[in-house]
Amino acid sequence: MSGRGKARAGAGSARAERAPARRRDRRIGKAAVPYLLGLPSWVYLLLFFLVPLASMLALSAAVGDPIVGYSYGGHFAEFLDAIGQYHRQLLRSFYYGALATLVTLAIAYPAAYWIAFHGGRHKSTYLFLIMLPFFVSFVIRTVAWQFILADQGFLFGQLKSWGLISDRFYILSTQWAVIGGLVYNGLAYYVLPLYVAIEKIDRRVVRAAGDLYADPASTFLRVILPLSAPGVFAGFLLVFVTDVGDFVNAQILGGPGTYMVGNVIQDSFFVNQDYPMAAALSSILMFLLMVAIFLYARAFGRERIQEYAA
Amino acid sequence: MSKRSNSGRTIDPALLRGLTEARVSRRGLLQAGALGLGMAALGPLAARTARAAERDWEAWWKQQKPTDELVFANWPYYIDVADKGAKNPSLDDFTKASGIKVKYLEVIQGNAPFYAKIAPVLKAGQSIGYDLMVMTNTWQLTELVMQDWLVPLWKEKLPNFKKYASPSVVSPDYDKGNRYTLAWQSGFTGIAYNPKLTKREITSIDDLWDPAFAGHVGMMSDITELGSVALLKLGIDPAKSTKADWEKAAKVLKEQKDKGLVRQYYDQSYITALEHGDTWISQAWSGDVFQANAKGFKDLKFVAPKEGVMLWHDNMMIPVGAKNPLSALAWMNFYYTPKTAALIEDYVNYVCPVPDAKDVILKDLQDPDVANSVLVFPTEAMYAKAHDFYTFKSYAEYQSWNSVFTPIIQG
Repeated sequence: MSGRGKARAGAGSARAERAPARRRDRRIGKAAVPYLLGLPSWVYLLLFFLVPLASMLALSAAVGDPIVGYSYGGHFAEFLDAIGQYHRQLLRSFYYGALATLVTLAIAYPAAYWIAFHGGRHKSTYLFLIMLPFFVSFVIRTVAWQFILADQGFLFGQLKSWGLISDRFYILSTQWAVIGGLVYNGLAYYVLPLYVAIEKIDRRVVRAAGDLYADPASTFLRVILPLSAPGVFAGFLLVFVTDVGDFVNAQILGGPGTYMVGNVIQDSFFVNQDYPMAAALSSILMFLLMVAIFLYARAFGRERIQEYAA
Repeated sequence: MSKRSNSGRTIDPALLRGLTEARVSRRGLLQAGALGLGMAALGPLAARTARAAERDWEAWWKQQKPTDELVFANWPYYIDVADKGAKNPSLDDFTKASGIKVKYLEVIQGNAPFYAKIAPVLKAGQSIGYDLMVMTNTWQLTELVMQDWLVPLWKEKLPNFKKYASPSVVSPDYDKGNRYTLAWQSGFTGIAYNPKLTKREITSIDDLWDPAFAGHVGMMSDITELGSVALLKLGIDPAKSTKADWEKAAKVLKEQKDKGLVRQYYDQSYITALEHGDTWISQAWSGDVFQANAKGFKDLKFVAPKEGVMLWHDNMMIPVGAKNPLSALAWMNFYYTPKTAALIEDYVNYVCPVPDAKDVILKDLQDPDVANSVLVFPTEAMYAKAHDFYTFKSYAEYQSWNSVFTPIIQG
């Protein structure tokens, strides 16, 4: 927000220079220009973020049931109930999210590195190829994995017929399928920021490292990796936050014992119609994510979160 | 419960869209006024003018004028089609006979998400735009009745129901005297299995607890179905069960899960899991197995286990605010004729509410497979095995059932 505000202020003053004859008392109007220009964004934020947010918080503490309706009753114990009942699913979501994000990073980094440094003139083609599956609906893409990983499907069915794996072996319905699904679905969101960061690295700096007798490993660890840190940082936020709140992968690829907090929220809304519980869980999830991001930003340096997460 | 469709869809779009829709009561809204004007956009402010139950419905019906339109909301794959889905012969016959044009919409993917979508509109006293819709006899139907969101049917205009309806759908427990609903289709919940993988015949619900199938047993994530099958296993009639019974049932379900028998608690996708061989044995809805066989998965078998099967009903009903209520009645009456019911049944393959349709399917449509199936036209023996769901009398009861059974699927 603030970055955009500044840009607009700049545009305003540029115009002021072009029109030096304007009277002094109109300056106040000029000072308001950036705010006026920002107004649509503020209204948008108010209507579609702050109001729903306040409504969600208020609904968390509501009392009642779907028949008589809910009224705002200050029932803050709902938050404790939510944590008491669903701490396992909350913890599991963070565990899956963190693990999946790290694996995504491990896969995305080499891919982004290779495209940026060795992609040549086909860079955009390679990026496009990575993006390509993402033109298909999220749910359809995930359901496709059900076919690929099916017990008697073309992959495991074949391996079973060769006797390479036990007839009882399966991946679907386990936590590995869920984490795998999260990794797969988050990949493009990690490759893109990484690519942008690595692409920006000045090649002369890399060459200079070589001139100073750094071997390839230390060039990577001491020059390229630190310079690409903003991409690592931004991608981590993007992927981690969406992974923790995800419920589609657990529903389609999961099994007994892979319920994530997103699935619980979905059940609370649609099956139990327990809206306060759903709202309380959403609020808790949001709060925990904010704390996690804050700690993460502290660990990685404050200027970066402003620069790249904004 | 979504029980048809061979699409293998596991999450319906309505649900994905609907997650952000909050439902706020009118009183709550007024109290929360300080939170900002914008909140008004989230909740309905219009009060309902009169409670539906207090109205004189007979007088209301007599005031209604015939129209030449009908908007019919139904589930996917739930009506006869011809010309690759371009036509619905039964609806076309109806238009020919009555002059009423039907707008047929396949908008219902599940009882709960559909209810979540229409409830705020109905609560605001507005029309949801449908004249007729189909919902299962579960909690959401009870809720619609409790909220007075259904128009009581005008029996005078439904002579065919009296004449042709199967006794199994007349005055059911969940809607005594068919005050609000007429059955569209019924169906059995039993067990489906793949004999090539189980390597033996399945006859009992206990087979779902057989350690030999560990990791390959499919159970339903619908907790009404999940709880009911465990009650049947224990020899308890779900319709007459008590909270103590529910807890016993939850205990055996938990054992089943803790021993690693359960592969997954499935929604509609259970049938895909069976087709793929992920599950060898699974709770299943009768019509799905029929359709899977027709699709080429010939190995799959459906059995009515010796302990019993669940019999559910999907029902036609008229929501308040319907613009063409007389057209809806006319269609209901038209549906309850052997000819129309046969046309639809021959495609849908669940349980037909019109027993006389059997002869039409056999003689006119020449489809003995469907006509002679006990799953479509159940015998007395089959009905004797069938049990009804527990009918929740209040939200507290529904919550109580949920609190017993949801921890099992939420692991």
